[in-house]
Parts: sequence; structure tokens; C-alpha cells
Amino acid sequence: MHSGTKAAGRDFSPSPKVDAVMAAERAASFTKRSIKSKSKLAGLKLALSMLDLTTLEGKDSPEKVRALCAKAVNPGAGQTDLPEGLPSVAAVCVYPNLVKHCRDSLESMGALGRVKIASVATGFPSGQYPLDVRLDDTRRAIHDGADEIDMVINRGAFLAGRYEEVAEEIRAVKRTCLQEGVKAASHDGEGKGRPISLKVILETGELETLDNVRFASDLAIRAMHEAVRELEPDTIYSSLRNSNGTAEQNGSSPRHLDTATPRHLSSFDFIKTSTGKVTPAATMPVTLVMLEAVRDWYLETGHLVGVKPAGGIRTAKQSLHYLVMVKETLGALAGVNELHPGGWLTPELWRFGASALANDILRQISWLHSGKYRANYDVTEA
Amino acid sequence: MSKNGDVNGAAIQQAPSTSRISRDVVPSPAGWDYSPAPETTKVAIKPSYGLFIDGKFAEPKGAKRFVTINPANETTLSEVVQATPADVNRAVAAARAALPKWAGLPASERAKFIFRIARRIQERARELSIIETLDSGKPIKESRDVDIPLVAAHFFYNAGWADKLGFVFQGQTSKAKPGKNSLPEIAPGVRPVGVCGQVIPWNFPLLMAAWKIAPALACGNTVVLKPAETTPLTALVLAEIFEECGLPPGVVNIVTGDGVTGRAIVEHPDVDKIAFTGSTEVGKIIAKSVANPRPDGKFKRLTLELGGKSPHIIFEDAAIDQAVEGIINGIYFNQGEVCCAGSRLFVQESILDTVIKKLELRLASLRVGDPMDKNTDVGAVNSKEQLTRIEHYLKLGQTEGAELRMPGFSGKPSPEATGSKHGMPSKGFWCRPCFFTGVQPSHTIAREEVFGPVLSVLSFRTPEEAVSRANNTPYGLAAGIWTEKGSKMLSIAKQIKSGVVWCNTYNKFDPASPFGGFKESGFGREGGVQGLKAYVEV
Repeated sequence: MHSGTKAAGRDFSPSPKVDAVMAAERAASFTKRSIKSKSKLAGLKLALSMLDLTTLEGKDSPEKVRALCAKAVNPGAGQTDLPEGLPSVAAVCVYPNLVKHCRDSLESMGALGRVKIASVATGFPSGQYPLDVRLDDTRRAIHDGADEIDMVINRGAFLAGRYEEVAEEIRAVKRTCLQEGVKAASHDGEGKGRPISLKVILETGELETLDNVRFASDLAIRAMHEAVRELEPDTIYSSLRNSNGTAEQNGSSPRHLDTATPRHLSSFDFIKTSTGKVTPAATMPVTLVMLEAVRDWYLETGHLVGVKPAGGIRTAKQSLHYLVMVKETLGALAGVNELHPGGWLTPELWRFGASALANDILRQISWLHSGKYRANYDVTEA
Repeated sequence: MSKNGDVNGAAIQQAPSTSRISRDVVPSPAGWDYSPAPETTKVAIKPSYGLFIDGKFAEPKGAKRFVTINPANETTLSEVVQATPADVNRAVAAARAALPKWAGLPASERAKFIFRIARRIQERARELSIIETLDSGKPIKESRDVDIPLVAAHFFYNAGWADKLGFVFQGQTSKAKPGKNSLPEIAPGVRPVGVCGQVIPWNFPLLMAAWKIAPALACGNTVVLKPAETTPLTALVLAEIFEECGLPPGVVNIVTGDGVTGRAIVEHPDVDKIAFTGSTEVGKIIAKSVANPRPDGKFKRLTLELGGKSPHIIFEDAAIDQAVEGIINGIYFNQGEVCCAGSRLFVQESILDTVIKKLELRLASLRVGDPMDKNTDVGAVNSKEQLTRIEHYLKLGQTEGAELRMPGFSGKPSPEATGSKHGMPSKGFWCRPCFFTGVQPSHTIAREEVFGPVLSVLSFRTPEEAVSRANNTPYGLAAGIWTEKGSKMLSIAKQIKSGVVWCNTYNKFDPASPFGGFKESGFGREGGVQGLKAYVEV
């Protein structure tokens, strides 16, 4: 499996096939879990902490982005009936032109580095631009302060069967992320270097079949890995840092494997479903197949890749369905070797790309907390 | 694997995939988990039930009783009557008396009764699901989403046939001179069989009642049904539903009891047809009994739906993750207490390690425990007797040299899968889902039906070998084929000797689709047009 760049033609594809009917059935089974009381509250808080709060519109402005950042840092600000200690979201996700406004805004709130700045780059959403332009797009976004680059793959090349071209472009973007990350200013103002995480958007709505989704997932995971290996063979893969110390509960010591790893390289790469500009965007069967791809990659190599469904996840209930899927697909791996007990259920390996989701989560949390449903106007807009 | 091995990208080049795949995978107790989600709706279960004969619940004088318990906590749910041969006599007499009028109703009127029953089952679905789960140990998720909806579906489906039997049995002509005791025609040249004695098992208590009763009623027959000793309650609630729906007295009679009661039905001289679902062992005894004609010289008609040792064949070109789902569903659904459970897994040798690893991982995410919890995937074994039987096979499998596998125990001494260990509740009958690797075709666990959450994993190299190994069994109830190659799927399906062959899916049931066995899995079909044939004389 995963025989590197040899997969020039589909016949050599090592990716397993996917049965769409059974995958849909399995995905639907996750929606039948009954998530109540404590586990519901914990799940909603977890989902909130995994959010990439997103605005990707032509009419986005610096002021809109400032509002988004304020919401991201303190999602419950200005609202009643919410419990203490709600987490910040994982990241804000914006167009490259707005990255520096995010940077300034987060810096002014002292949240730089805590809430990540994700930027769609590489000619988002179509990717139909010369490679040089896409790489430059990436470079500028990182220079302006982005921590995470959400790139789109070249679907035209993929559907035409030019898989090596797709892989090489992913490698090129990953190389750019690594090189620019080393050069970039660190958020704490001390010296240089910032971890840049890459999220490869497959735009599964355009790939259409689950076989394509699986193959594109494998291709993207492998391409990112190859770029890392060729540039920094000794320093790349850090383990998941055990920041919450949950491993101690198991009696095993937390593994701080990143001691030997430069801080600026210790973040995980992702595969992501969609731009949000194509229908269907994220669906549960598609995301299931991508989870299976990262699971198989982990079983084979021990390396961790995150997953980000984006687009179409609007309700708290949906987000819980996704968490159930992550738990039941990858949960059994939790606690294995370097993986912490939460497995993939951490913002470092799982994200929701969404804009409306945050407020539905907040409304549900306030209902659990106070027994009252808040009106839409009670929840602050971003 | 050393720490450096993990952080050092260079180690990747030499990482052989097999060593990675075979590492021990221990499910973690930590991390986000589900809170208990018990089904808390209160249902009324009477402290005792009589026999339902001639449209009335009545307790025979001096009746012996026995208790039915909840296998998940061993508490008593209710008491039921041990029906004697004399009680069975009364039930058969009531069914006989009701027969001419019931068979003589306009077919559309019969259909109305059956439709009414179906609707009432839907209305009382939650109550029926809860009682089914309490009495049988199956997860509420399954009784709620599978059993009870299918029960209603069977009544609806067969109700639809009642006035359309002329289309099913075409080309028949009415005999000019029917015999003296002939029943009325329900379609041209088609008559009911008569009084049907039906004996059903404990694994799908109400569903099996529906499979038996619905087609019998649609075809104008009357019924004496005996539910299993350990799971009589939903059949008795069904009797209440018959009362509510105004089904004429005697059309369906429900008698509870053990094998003695069953024997009284099977051997009764005035029963015209026996339908039995259960073990092959008992099926053989029934077949022998029915081999002798009744005193009036007529033979009873017989359908048997018996055991199985159904094979799954998974080829290297299968969609493996989805195939694993099907395998899990095939063997761990209803704790593996399913006659068509896919209990023998044949894996193409090239993907054997991968499939075993994925099975083990998937097994770790199954939730075993309180059947009333809505998130439970595997509930309690139906009875102590059945648990003992499963334990017997678990021991035998290990004695014969196979390796017992459960998540979290790789490479350690074989654990005990049954009992209250490993986080199982302290009371009740429990067996954790597990599987055997290193099983050879000659092993007992590859030949005999375990009827529990125990899978035997075997391998094959070529399609021909797969077929011959799959068919190398006295049974022939169901089979599953997993491949993404359509031509191979069809060619293998044709060569498998079993009543049902599922391709890239498993355990799909629909009232329109006939179900039944080859060889020692029985004969006769239930469901579909084919299922009606057992209940008519043409």
C-alpha cells in the first residue's frame, strides 16, 4: 500500500474500494446514538473548541473579521445563561487579504497563537490558477500571519487522471508551508519560526464518488508526508502533545515526544472535505471514508493526520453526530502509543469548518445550563 | 517502537506495514464517552398471564406456572402457564371451530382484520419493543428499529395478499364438487390448509410470531401458536392486540409452555400443518413425528426453519471497511443468536491480517451491556442454558487449537469471554463479542452452530476453494459475499448452496423476500409470495 509516487495511473492505485451503500448505512448509524446530559455538554464544548469559525465571502471586510475574531476568542461573550469556562474556538478561517487584520485583532486580545489563523489559499475556491500564483498566495498568507493554510487540490487534474500532477502540487504547497514557516515571525515575538499546518481540501462534492474520495485522501496524505520527508527528514513528526495530561489517568506517563522537535514544526496536517462553495459539501459518508484513510495511514506508519469536514454542518446535533463518528471510527486507537486517550477528538486532529454552527452550539449549551432556549437575537453574531 | 522511531521521519521508510498492523490495540476508557441513555418508558406487564384460547385469556384450573425473567438482570418479569396437552386440545378445538367462518369471510374482510392488527402493532410499538427487550435481552435499539417495525411490516404485507391470492396461484379452477369437509375457497381453486400449529423460538420472539401468523391468517387458516419458554410475553401482548382488533375468537390461540406443550401441538391429530422455527435437533424430532399419518390417514404439512452455520466470503478486492461492517452486523446482531448469523468468515489469504486487525478494532467500539440503554449494541444472552452452550463452544474452540480474540487481549492468554468479567454487569447472562482465529475447517466451532456472538475466521486462496469450503457444512441457510467485482459476485452466488445469498450486505430482511434453508437448515419458505404456498391447498 501507499507506494509513493508510482500511482500515476488508477490501476496502480493502492487505495481500497468503498461500497457507497454500506458506507452510507454505517454513517447513518452514528446519528442514532443517544447523547444526553453530561456527555452532551462535554460533546458540545468539545465541538466548540474544534471550530474553524469561518467567513469566506466577497463582501468580507476588516470590521467583519474583527467581529469574527472577538467571537472566536470568547464565543459566549455578551450572552447570559452560559456556564463558565467555555473554550475559544480552534481557529478563524478567512481569505488571504484579511489575514493581517485577524493577526492584529487577535494580538490586541492577547489571543495570538491560541486561536489559530487559518487562511484559504492556493486560488481558493477553484484552484484554477497557475501554480506560481497559488504558491505565492500561500507565501503571502503565511507572511501576514496565517498558522494554517487551507489549500484546494487541482480537481481538474484529478478527474483527468493526472494524479502525479495533483500530488506534486500538494507537495509544492507543503514545501512552501515548511519553508515559510521557518522564516515566519513567531507569534510570541521571540525569534523566528511558526508551525504551519496544511489542510488539503479535496472538494469531495466535485469528486463525486467515495472511491475518488478515498483515493484523493490517500494521495493527499502521502504527498504531504513526502514533502515533509524530503525537506526535514529528522525533525518533522512530533507526537500529539499531551497538554491536558489525560494520559496520567491511565497510569501511563504522558509522552512528550516533541522535546527533540522544533516547536515551529509541531502541528498536524489535515485533509478537509470541501470549500463550502460546492454542493454537497461535507457529508457523513464522505467524512467517514476520510477518517478511514487517516486511520489506515496511522496503522501503517504511526503518523497522525487530522480531518476537517467543512460546509453544511450547521446544527449542534449534527456536530455531535460527527463526534460520534470520530469516536467510533478512531476511538479504539486512543491510548495506543503516542496517541492521547482522546484519540482524534482534539482540535489538533479534528476541526469543523462552519460559520452558523457556533451559535447553535451556544444555544444548546445555554439550554442545558439553564433549561431555557435563547432566541436567535440573544446570541451574538460574529 | 521507540520514541525516536515515532518522531523520526527516517524510520518511516523501513516501517513494514505488517508489524504496524499487528500491534496491540487497547481501547481506552478515557476520552469523551456517552452518558447512560436508558429507555425509561414504563410499560405494564401483568404479574401473570393465562392462556389465550377461543378469544379469551383464561387460566386453566390447577395450572402449573413458570416464571419468565429478564436475562439482563435475572429479575422475574411475569408468570405464565405451562399448558398441558388438555389445554392444547382445547386450543386446537377452538381453532377448528373458528375455521369455517374465518375461511368463509370475504377475503377483503380478512384483510381488514390483518391491517387493523398491523396498525395496532405500530401504535403499541414502543411498548412491544420494551417488553421484547426486557424478556429476550436484545438491545432496545434492535427491537425498536428492527424487530417491531418488521413485525408490523409482515402483517401489512400479508394483509395485502389476502384478497389477491388469485394472482399468486393462477390457473387454478374451482372443483365442481368439493369434498364434504372441504373448507371454502379463498380464491379460485385455492383453499386454506386448516388448523396450523406453530412453534417459534426465543431469538426474535414477536417477529417469528408475525412470520407465522400473518400469512396463515391471510390464507384463511386458524392458528395455535406456542412462543418459546423464555420469551412468551410479546406473543401474549399480541393476543391482547387480537382482542382489541376484534379478531373472531379461536382464529389465533396462544399457549405458553415448554417442549411438552410443543410436542402436544406437533402430535395433535387435528392439526393440519406444523410450522417450526428452532434448532435442527428439535426439527428432526418433529419431522419424524410428522412422518406418521394422522388417524384419518392424512399427513400433516410441515415447514422447518432450522439452524445455520452461514459463511461470509470476503475477497481481496472487496470494500474491506464496509465488508467488516457487514461481518460485524452478521455475527453480533442480536448477540449472534440468529439462525442466519454469518458465523464462518472466509477471508482471502492476502488480506487475512488486515481483516483481522480491522475486525478487532471495530469490535472495540461495540457497546456491550444493559439492553435497555439506547446506545447498547450487544445485549444479554437469552438464557443461562444458552450461555452454558456458548461457553462449551468457547472452551472447545480453544482446546481444538484456535485462538480466541477480543479487543484488548492480543498476545495475552486467552481471556474468558463470558460472565461478569471485563466490566460486564454482575447479574445476567453475558458474552462479550469475540472471534476465533486459526480455525480449521475440521474444528467443531467451524461446523456446529454456536448461536452466540462468536465468529470463526478461516482463510481461502482461490474462488473455487472459497466455494467448496463455504458449502462444506450440513447447513444452508444464508451466505454473504463481499467483492467489488460484479461478475465474480454473481458466479459465486450461484454456486453457494443456501436459501439466501447476500452480496455486499447482510441481514437484510423484507416481508416481500422469501427466507428459508437448504439441507439441514430446513425446508419451506417464509415471506414473499413463496411464503404463502405453505398455507394453502391448491
